[in-house]
Amino acid sequence: MSGHSGESFAELPVAPKPPLRRFHQARWDEPIIFEQSRPGRRGIAVPAAGVPAVELPESVRRAEPPKLPEMAQLHVLRHYVRLSQENLGVDQAIAVGQGTCTMKYSPKVNDRFVNDPKVAELHPLQPDDTVQGVLEVYWRMERMLAEISGMHRVSLQPASGSAAIYANIAMIRAYHASRGEGRQRDQVITTMFSHPSNAACAKTAGYEVITLMPDENGYPDIEALRAAVGPRTAALMITNPEDTGIFNPRIEEFVSLVHEAGGLACYDQANANGLLGITRAADAGFDLCHFNLHKTFSTPHACGGPAAGACGVSEALAPFLPGPTVEFDGAAYHLDADRPQSVGKMRPFLGVTPNVVRAYAWVMALGAEGLREVAETAVLNNNYLMHKVLRIPGASAHWDGGRVEQVRYSWQGLFEETGVHSEEIGVRAADFGVHYWTSHHPYLVPEPFTLEPTESYSQEDLDEYAAILAHVADEARRDPEYVRGAPYNQTVHKIDQTSLDDPKQWSPSWRAYTRKHLA
Amino acid sequence: MTADRPAGPATSRTPAVPAAPATSPAASVPPGGGDLVVGLIVNPVAGIGGPAGLKGSDGPDVQREALARGASPRAGDRAAQAVRTLLARRPGTRIRTLAGPMGEHSARAAGADPEILRLLPGDPSSPRDTTAAVAAMKEVDLLLFAGGDGTARDVLDGSPSCPVLGVPAGVKVYSGCFAVSPATAGAAAAEFGGETAEAEVVDLDEEAYRRGRVGPRLYGTLRVPAARTRLSGRKVGSSSAAPGSAEGIAREVVARMRPGVRYVLGPGATTMAVGRRLGLATTLLGVDVVQDGELVAADVTERQLADLVDGRESHAVVSVIGGQGFVLGRGNQQISPAVLKKIMASGGLVVLATQQKLAGLGGRPLLADTGDPEADALVGGHVSVITGYRESAMYRIRSAIEEFST
Repeated sequence: MSGHSGESFAELPVAPKPPLRRFHQARWDEPIIFEQSRPGRRGIAVPAAGVPAVELPESVRRAEPPKLPEMAQLHVLRHYVRLSQENLGVDQAIAVGQGTCTMKYSPKVNDRFVNDPKVAELHPLQPDDTVQGVLEVYWRMERMLAEISGMHRVSLQPASGSAAIYANIAMIRAYHASRGEGRQRDQVITTMFSHPSNAACAKTAGYEVITLMPDENGYPDIEALRAAVGPRTAALMITNPEDTGIFNPRIEEFVSLVHEAGGLACYDQANANGLLGITRAADAGFDLCHFNLHKTFSTPHACGGPAAGACGVSEALAPFLPGPTVEFDGAAYHLDADRPQSVGKMRPFLGVTPNVVRAYAWVMALGAEGLREVAETAVLNNNYLMHKVLRIPGASAHWDGGRVEQVRYSWQGLFEETGVHSEEIGVRAADFGVHYWTSHHPYLVPEPFTLEPTESYSQEDLDEYAAILAHVADEARRDPEYVRGAPYNQTVHKIDQTSLDDPKQWSPSWRAYTRKHLA
Repeated sequence: MTADRPAGPATSRTPAVPAAPATSPAASVPPGGGDLVVGLIVNPVAGIGGPAGLKGSDGPDVQREALARGASPRAGDRAAQAVRTLLARRPGTRIRTLAGPMGEHSARAAGADPEILRLLPGDPSSPRDTTAAVAAMKEVDLLLFAGGDGTARDVLDGSPSCPVLGVPAGVKVYSGCFAVSPATAGAAAAEFGGETAEAEVVDLDEEAYRRGRVGPRLYGTLRVPAARTRLSGRKVGSSSAAPGSAEGIAREVVARMRPGVRYVLGPGATTMAVGRRLGLATTLLGVDVVQDGELVAADVTERQLADLVDGRESHAVVSVIGGQGFVLGRGNQQISPAVLKKIMASGGLVVLATQQKLAGLGGRPLLADTGDPEADALVGGHVSVITGYRESAMYRIRSAIEEFST
């Protein structure tokens, strides 16, 4: 852990690298860009040649210039390069540590399409006949997702996975209301290890939530579902594989039980990365499903938004889709906003177009066979990593058997022996330049960590990641206080996390920060 | 720093005014980093019966038998392990303890220089020594004790004046006042910043346990350091009104109550929260009956209860006692087979538990053991378990006889 002697380049050939990387993150102590602003400083971007100047009408002119930082080009560049060096993400790290989030590589070529002026300079209020190209991308992407899921129609309007789940519950509510059963059907059933957004969205939409707990084998208890369904059931909202990584093989029976009671079945496909081309939501009988384009389809997560979600529905649910929808009459594309049963907008205009373009490019590059290969590789990578992680003393995964594309592990054994918490393991792992994450709700697995290697990573990457975890676990056993003192090689050290739970302190913008903390 | 220690007893048996919330900040304890005074009480014979296959260590006969079978005490080592972790993480901590094996040996083994209370325990020590030590342990921020459920009961009997935390060292460790291991007890003590939560003290009847009948009884509650949230070690206080808390559960129970219907509240901290929500002086350990927002009867006997539920719609509202999933027949024997038959004929059974508690059962069913298989069969199948406000789980419940015979 310490006592590395200096690396010598005096002798050739250069000595081989040690098994664990001698990583050190940049630490620039960089001020916020607004703090670096000085009046009158400018960066110049030369306008395109030959474009005539346009006189802006008075009505759209600002009375005052926007309060943007004033800086020279070099300083802007330097600022963002520094920030990028203080980051840990897929582009420079092995980012398999944020299971359930599917942190895969976002191919750079797809950004070239997005940065093309044909996409970048679109205006959302342009007439349909001037945006036929992007409408075609939406239409074709919708048709591809319909094929991948087996669903009848798909909306690409939601800007996140949870927004897509919310759109689904909104459609479920509208569907029952249209049949006069809106008041009667006031319960939504979910499972303990379904993504927590399902219970959260159902509650937000006003439903009472019934949760099915895992049985001895880690599967949601089907007999409990049998006891729970009835005339009050609006829907089953279920993730499969669940966040444990375990696939429920009786999913068709779950769907049938809910249908027999008059409820709808809604498939959370946040964990679809191991399923592409292998199973389809419609084939199991689901009425609705969603995808996260920023997980399964490789677009950037965008740090809380704007990402992109997709809702797929059966024919019976199609009238309720968010709108406007993109339609194709065989010759031209147009937007249809005249849909009286629609649940309305989930997002202004069409949603997050750049991410739809990226996902479209990604699917087109892979093709049907490529998508299946993605899933197979993701499953293989996950089971390979699981095999290595479970050999580390103190690490475990509750419930036997294989996993699909991710595993929620536990450091319970290590914690009981050493008192070192899972997140402390993760912070120490960051000293070796990798990202690591514990768990979101439900906090039922003690000292959890959730790994999802996706198809992006090589065998060497996975070996390195497992070796880092093994090393840190060993350190925890030999010198727990050393691990608890980490990070040592990172940009930031310990932070006070109380502000994360205190809305009064939240400052998502400079304006909010100024108002709340500098006033 | 001893002047403004949290006032009031840390125990709760039959609180007259049910006003305390489930978690409460006690601002007097220095947050992580400041110097703590930690009391330490070791039950040196705790756990001695376990390795010897004696299923417990209560009573001098069992302890002698264990020693005869070659058992060696281990509670002292486990206490030392906890203190070692505590001191490593909060080096300024002062330890106050008893002479000899009831604490001093462990403290010294962990490298501490403890203050010794002037109280001479017997040799061998007895439950009375633990109780007396707890009562004598004044002006400490936190009391660590090493033992099992029996020791926890003795600590409860001593009415500690501060929050407590158990270092698991017994054969039976089903009470909620224990950390999961010695190292984690030490870590939790070091992280203690004054916020506490209520934890149930349960114990098994060891005689019955030896005969293969396992079932905990609720003896009371102790205040323990509030558990850190599992995600990031953030303070729990900021989200104590979470829907899955005892308060959230109580809110849902009350919201579901209908006029003219009787509700039989079993013992436990969660059902206590229901009484608190209703503003009623229900009892922690007794069975109470409420209707239309009024307390019909508190701490009733089986016979009284049979009369109270006779001929009217009644529902039993019970919590899960201990870690094995018992909801009927343990600590709520007032809900006898005859009473249960009347309740199930007119109303039903509602179980209260957090999702964590249900998950802790590892997929095993909830258990009914009224002593009458016919009555148990009435509740068999699946039961609605209220886990929070507007949320519930559907969970399997079985007759204990059936569960343990298959």
